[in-house]
Amino acid sequence: MIVSKNEIANLLTQLAETYRVIAPVKKDGMLQYAAIKNGEQACLDDANTKKPGKEILFPQSEELFNYTISAEGIRMQDNVDKEATVVFGMRPCDVKSLVLLDNVFQNDQYTDVYYLTRRANTIIVGLGCAQPAATCFCSSVGCGPFAKEGSDIFLTDLGEAYVIEGISDKGKELLAKLSLAEAGAEQKAAAAKLQAEVTADGSINIEGLAEKLGGMFEHPFWESLHEKCIGCGACTYLCPTCHCFDIADEAKDCDGCRVRNWDACMFPLFTLHGSGHNPRTGGKARWRQRLMHKFNYFVDRYNATACVGCGRCIKNCPVNLDIRQALADVRALD
Amino acid sequence: MNTTEKIREVAKQLLADQKVDLVVGFAQGTLPLRSTPYFARTPEQAENLIWSATCENNLANFVRKRTDKVAVIAKGCDVRAIVALIKEGQINRENLTIIGVPCEGMVDRKQICQAIGCQDILEVTDQGAELSLKGKNFEKTLAKADVMFGSCKTCQYNTPVIFDELIGEALPAKEANYDDIAAFEALSAAERNAFIAKEMEKCIRCYACRQACPMCYCSECFVDCGAPAWIGKGAQSVDDNALFQTVRVLHLAGRCVDCGACERACPMGIKLSLLNRKMVKDVKGLFGAEAGVNLNDPPALNVHQFEDKEDFML
Repeated sequence: MIVSKNEIANLLTQLAETYRVIAPVKKDGMLQYAAIKNGEQACLDDANTKKPGKEILFPQSEELFNYTISAEGIRMQDNVDKEATVVFGMRPCDVKSLVLLDNVFQNDQYTDVYYLTRRANTIIVGLGCAQPAATCFCSSVGCGPFAKEGSDIFLTDLGEAYVIEGISDKGKELLAKLSLAEAGAEQKAAAAKLQAEVTADGSINIEGLAEKLGGMFEHPFWESLHEKCIGCGACTYLCPTCHCFDIADEAKDCDGCRVRNWDACMFPLFTLHGSGHNPRTGGKARWRQRLMHKFNYFVDRYNATACVGCGRCIKNCPVNLDIRQALADVRALD
Repeated sequence: MNTTEKIREVAKQLLADQKVDLVVGFAQGTLPLRSTPYFARTPEQAENLIWSATCENNLANFVRKRTDKVAVIAKGCDVRAIVALIKEGQINRENLTIIGVPCEGMVDRKQICQAIGCQDILEVTDQGAELSLKGKNFEKTLAKADVMFGSCKTCQYNTPVIFDELIGEALPAKEANYDDIAAFEALSAAERNAFIAKEMEKCIRCYACRQACPMCYCSECFVDCGAPAWIGKGAQSVDDNALFQTVRVLHLAGRCVDCGACERACPMGIKLSLLNRKMVKDVKGLFGAEAGVNLNDPPALNVHQFEDKEDFML
């Protein structure tokens, strides 16, 4: 199917009548995901959003439930979000991150009703990247500028129009309701050509990396890797696959809520025990954890690398600690 | 010899003579317009040191509480922080060699991004007063002075106030300029509130500001304390985010060296300097004190004089 760029705003406005539509918008000079009512607000031409797509299914701060204590007892209200949602224009790296996060939020040990309910009620419209940024390395980590994995519907930008493909049953069902024009053979061929030809930086070789890291826990490499890190959480909070969280109760008098907040392994508090003991004493142990979790532990557990190559950690690190360089350094070690 | 070559010479000599164990400076980063803190421990590694208009981090962070003998390549604001940290007992002056570099100001990637419509920059050539930028579909030349960090535009101490060796010519000290703060003060309370709320809404509580700040070194920050929880831990409350910054500013009263490292580190582009500089201006106006400008003045909060103004007290 095909839709011209002139019609895309109308299409989104129409979708917003039935669904909560979340799309990238320009706000405060940054590209951010936001719920829109009017399709004109969507900004589909820029690259990655500042904050990663995970925030749609796994918000930075989420009130899990509210409670009120009174003479009659305790009243609790859970906040499972069931609203039917279309996420429109998510880049393939962010979409892939959701596929990875699915492993974490639903497995043989744990089922996360908050994440999974949103996930079940969300249709993802992926948008291929005709112009990957210099910091993008999705092609190195099993993703790619036109990777369709995880998208229900996939868009390919032909300049004047988007070629639209239904990928999953959920996506095809939605497309069937929209009465869009069929793409011509020429347009389909142009989309296929783009999809086949455009790649991001694919030079970071992660083959065999998990095994290598597996034998490196005590390697002196970790002594130097972290040295310039100042220990903030910019890399983890802006990472689409980092998923650690902390839970806190926030209460005032008899009303309160239980909040789940993103947490970061770069903070000392992350591993501080109630006894006062901290098993990860410094940047060395924290950076080892960060790299190991993405490229070894996650691979062990879910048979996938927990990095989608979006480049946000590279762009936003205050000291330019570049994960691509860290991986190249690991590879270069004897 | 240019500044980079001179830095390498001095660093190599210090390491070769075993006068220091380590030289902390900058190396070329992995992206255009980026340099990165670098730790040279051998004369060979000292060859990687550079100096450019992108050496934006405050390196005082890396020389605090060290037991080894360290040399640091330090610009004006790094040295102000070092002076303040020496006075607070965080740096042993005897173990630190300061290689001062007069700084003409560092360029702000966020302003450059705005100036070129945030296209990908692939190549940068430094032409002295100008930067020439090249991308896939554009070429643009920008005057460094136009895209300098706000903190660099108002910097008074471009030349390090103390040093063991100075690389290059000292630059003249500049007049204080608090026009930005005066403009903010002139707004109504409602306008100021609205402005701060809008900025704090962007906060993701990654604490890059706190971590980049050379003067923020509490072993436990109040925001991390769980019992009592002084502040909400999430980023969803603008009030909590503002409270975090307000307390940070108060903790830095008389201590902030106005280096702007907090604002430079913020991935969300929050105008953090505004609150800090308001405090810096007030401390100067009320107590005549400036942090980190010499080794002799006692820290502003450590002294009391009968002529101190008290008209703000109840």
